[in-house]
Amino acid sequence: MQRRQSSKHSKHVHDSNQTDLSAWRKERSIDTEKTVQNQQSPSDDSEHNSLEKALRFFEKVQDRVSLKKSEVLQKHLSTVESIGLQRGLPPEAFDTLLTVALSGKLADTVNTRLLKSLVPASVIPETSVVSSVSWLCVSKCTGSIQLLFLRWLITMFDFIDRKEQLHALYGFFFSFLYDDKLCPYACHVLYLLTRKENVKPFRVRRLLDLQAKTGMQPHLQALLSLYKLFCPELVNITLPGKSKTYFKNSEAPWKAAINTVRRRNQANSPVSQALCLGTAQPQSRKRKWNTQLIVPVSSANAQNLVGNREKNCVDLYSTIESFPVEQLQTFTQLLENIHCLEFPSQMGSVLANPLLLHYMNCIKDESIYLRLYYWMGQTLQEECTWCVVENNQYEQEFKDFLEIIYKAECFLQEGFSSCEEFLCRSLPLWDGLCCRSQILRLVSWIPLSSFSEMKSQICDPLAQLFFTSSLYFKCSVLECLKELLQNWLNRHVVQLDSESDNQFHSLNTTLSGLVNGIAELIHFVGWISTVALRLENNCTFLLYFILDFYEIVCDMYLKYNLPLLIMPPAGVFYPALLSMDSVSLNHLCYIMYRYRANLVAAKENELNKKKTQQFKFSSQTYQEYNQYIIAMVGCLWTSSAFQKDDHPQGVRLDEELLKQTGVQEFKNSFNIVYHPAMMGYAILFLQQACPDDTTFNFSLIKGKKWNWYLEYLYAQGLKGLKLFVESSINRVSQASQNKAGNVEV
Amino acid sequence: MAAGAVLGAAGTDGTRVQTAPGGERPGAMEPAEGAARTLPSTGRVSVAGRISGAGRLSRGPHLRKLSGRLGVSPSGRALPPGSQENADPQKIAFLLRKQWTLYSVTPLYKFSSAHLKDYGRQLGAFIAAEKQKGLAVEVGVELGIKVAVSSLPGLKGSDQDHAAVLVQLSLKSSASQKKTEEKLIWSGWFCCVAGDDLSLNVLEDFTCLPLFLANGAESYTSLVGSWFQKTFDCCFRRLVISPLILTWMAALWTGYKVDKTSSAVELVFSVPCLPQPLDISYAIHTEDAKALWDTVQKTPGEITQEEVDVFMDCLYSHFHRHFKIHLSATKLVKVSTGIASARCDGIIKFLQSQYIIRVLMLLTELAVAQIQ
Repeated sequence: MQRRQSSKHSKHVHDSNQTDLSAWRKERSIDTEKTVQNQQSPSDDSEHNSLEKALRFFEKVQDRVSLKKSEVLQKHLSTVESIGLQRGLPPEAFDTLLTVALSGKLADTVNTRLLKSLVPASVIPETSVVSSVSWLCVSKCTGSIQLLFLRWLITMFDFIDRKEQLHALYGFFFSFLYDDKLCPYACHVLYLLTRKENVKPFRVRRLLDLQAKTGMQPHLQALLSLYKLFCPELVNITLPGKSKTYFKNSEAPWKAAINTVRRRNQANSPVSQALCLGTAQPQSRKRKWNTQLIVPVSSANAQNLVGNREKNCVDLYSTIESFPVEQLQTFTQLLENIHCLEFPSQMGSVLANPLLLHYMNCIKDESIYLRLYYWMGQTLQEECTWCVVENNQYEQEFKDFLEIIYKAECFLQEGFSSCEEFLCRSLPLWDGLCCRSQILRLVSWIPLSSFSEMKSQICDPLAQLFFTSSLYFKCSVLECLKELLQNWLNRHVVQLDSESDNQFHSLNTTLSGLVNGIAELIHFVGWISTVALRLENNCTFLLYFILDFYEIVCDMYLKYNLPLLIMPPAGVFYPALLSMDSVSLNHLCYIMYRYRANLVAAKENELNKKKTQQFKFSSQTYQEYNQYIIAMVGCLWTSSAFQKDDHPQGVRLDEELLKQTGVQEFKNSFNIVYHPAMMGYAILFLQQACPDDTTFNFSLIKGKKWNWYLEYLYAQGLKGLKLFVESSINRVSQASQNKAGNVEV
Repeated sequence: MAAGAVLGAAGTDGTRVQTAPGGERPGAMEPAEGAARTLPSTGRVSVAGRISGAGRLSRGPHLRKLSGRLGVSPSGRALPPGSQENADPQKIAFLLRKQWTLYSVTPLYKFSSAHLKDYGRQLGAFIAAEKQKGLAVEVGVELGIKVAVSSLPGLKGSDQDHAAVLVQLSLKSSASQKKTEEKLIWSGWFCCVAGDDLSLNVLEDFTCLPLFLANGAESYTSLVGSWFQKTFDCCFRRLVISPLILTWMAALWTGYKVDKTSSAVELVFSVPCLPQPLDISYAIHTEDAKALWDTVQKTPGEITQEEVDVFMDCLYSHFHRHFKIHLSATKLVKVSTGIASARCDGIIKFLQSQYIIRVLMLLTELAVAQIQ
């Protein structure tokens, strides 16, 4: 009900879409456990707590606890299982859980379940793996657990954060070869670990011995062939040709969970996923090799390589001053390294990375925009789901892509030119359904300069769809056009602020261009609104969006310092005035109050500054305003409906005709008591003011009661009405009910 | 050329029209019978038509010349004289008679022709790394792919154009250690012929080579393309050729002089909305097509959309007279002449070295249009 009355500051309108820096920093903190937690909704806090409790329990558990008897153990075990399999465990959980599982304190069923749920959310700390290998060597756990651990290790190998110390344990793993059951898996681990320096004559001998004992085993062959690759002189035997399956598949128990966790993380943050898991690109369809909607951030290495070739250095970064963008994770890092940061090799990767967007904001280099322009233009055209037939199964992906572009535009507070071109090309073909909200939001970032040029390409298809689509579509179009207007006005204000530095002027239009462009947009919205109200039977919901638009229009002079005011067309004004509900009426009152404030201010400025101004409001605007205000006051206040309205489309009827209708006191019928939108208030007021009177005699509301009624209405939240009455109606004296409106401006 | 239907008809104006099965087999004559026989329901119908009454087929007297109507306007542009002179004939010959898949490429960022050798080395390392990815268990196999990046001088239309760049992948046979035994497995080249529209709009750091042509397995195209995309922040897109452009090619290439009698002008049409695909191949003797074009085309060096339309309409009406098929209702999918052949899915074959620049100029224009 309540209208926003205080003038909100224009520049902050888009705050909701600005990235909250602190949130970003938290999210990207190295502490990946927090990453997982922060991405979840607060309801996950309880889960986090229960995981902590479970970890504390497993840390302390001393003696063998029977699973059947201990409900506490059951509870904690299922906590670990559900979190592990659903979203993965944080790095610090591994030490505790691996120690429990391998120390043999608990029954094997428990250990098995624990091991099976050890899926990392991000990484596994190397130290926890090293300590579990030492547990393995003291043989506290059974053979089957040892086996399961090795399979786990093979599966999770790529998730371990570092592997230096693990390499130092090479000999320990080698010793597991003598265990018949463990041998195939130990071979696989060794295969993953082996480096050239690990290949020693005694190891080769052992392997050959084993092979002589057990026959040709594929896992031994694999390791031997690797040894042979590193040191051909040590392995003299000939190995059979390549075989595709050297090792048994170890990952079966974890495969599903890893995928679940990965998908989850990916959905939460496409950027951090690649960084945390260290995995390759999210494996989306690769139907085409050259389209990648989300480009990973990577340094521009190629040029560096060339530069350093003479020095023949292996380490890329040792001689290069620049800070690798892959490592950029926090805002602090950005600040500290901003002088030696380079944009990634593919500018497309900047879009989904707020830190780099910040950086982009600081660096004014045309080549950045040009690179982005080419990439985005081509990708949009190639991936558009309604322009390219084969793409329609990838709508979600395209939606996400458009969403990312939109967010980047909000962040940078400006539209991308490739996006405008795309909209121009594709809107005529658009069905109005596919990626609707994304497309409309992108429309709201079209800059004014291009909008004037491409008006027909944007407005014509939009208007066609607008007239033929549902009420909700109409509302969303109006909403997006409101955003568009707001963005233009914000930009104008920013430009005024920075008028002294000449940076901006070249890019943008002159003031008259701006005024014309904005006027065009407002007339367009006025036109489609008029038609839409007819089509939708003056639907309140629609009216709300239309009036929302005019709430910005009516304040352009004062709030945005723009010498332009345009009144709503009669097709909008009258439906709002005669609306059946108080929200619209109140909204209209507020808007008319703001029009008055703006027009008065404009007139004052005109009188004060004697010099001729470039822009003056035409007398027609004042005239229109006066016509409307006379009609409005006549209806709502002076009870002279149907008489004082001289607008050609106004509420005016012949007296004879009105008499024929037989309605008594028709003049009253739109005042604040009888108006259909207000009658409900009048009834409630009467019930309170005259509890004894059950006839609902509205004529009782006059004199003192009229003022009480007004107070009552204001207390009900009709603040727009209050502002309107106080500003636009000149009451002879507060005590008198003699209503006289001096409304002329 | 599977269909055996032999279609014959006599021109109403008394000129004899000889048709024969097999697009490029002129001379196998059939007596004119009048009406065409029915077509087989599937397969291809090949017709080699000889148009002798070309003069009568020419347009009406009041045609207006339109210029620059087409987004791509090969009209009115002075051709670079002798731009091919400093081209290595051997390298040009290498480009001929191969099927090239066309791509458009956005300007390359920080590309420098001074570093071509380094690029070759890096690309080689990249390909080796990509090839080994996912092959952890397959050891001991050396992927001896050698990459050579070199420049193709001479393939440009103006001084603004960047020199073309050739990328070649060859396989070192590991069995015989001889260096000489390298087998070329893939090649691709970037070029820009009269791409001023694009070149003038970009900044210093960018290199415009908007047209990329690849020959070889697509897996290699994808590796090379990915590397270029990653390294020079560019974007590759398949370049398809619309039927409208194909008609332009047909007209343009028909008009070029060819030394000796070369293969016929062949147009392949695809009939839409049929349960089975049906292609119609329409072959015309080169000199007949040229004669027709010469009557249609008025101003030398300038071609209009209208002239192209008239040219095609003449061919269509001739075909209709004999086979009662409106080719204008079908889709032109391939044009092949003695100069070059082009398919609608963006595959091209150059046949004449002396016209390669002109063909590339048109293709560059298409690529630039796709980028902008």
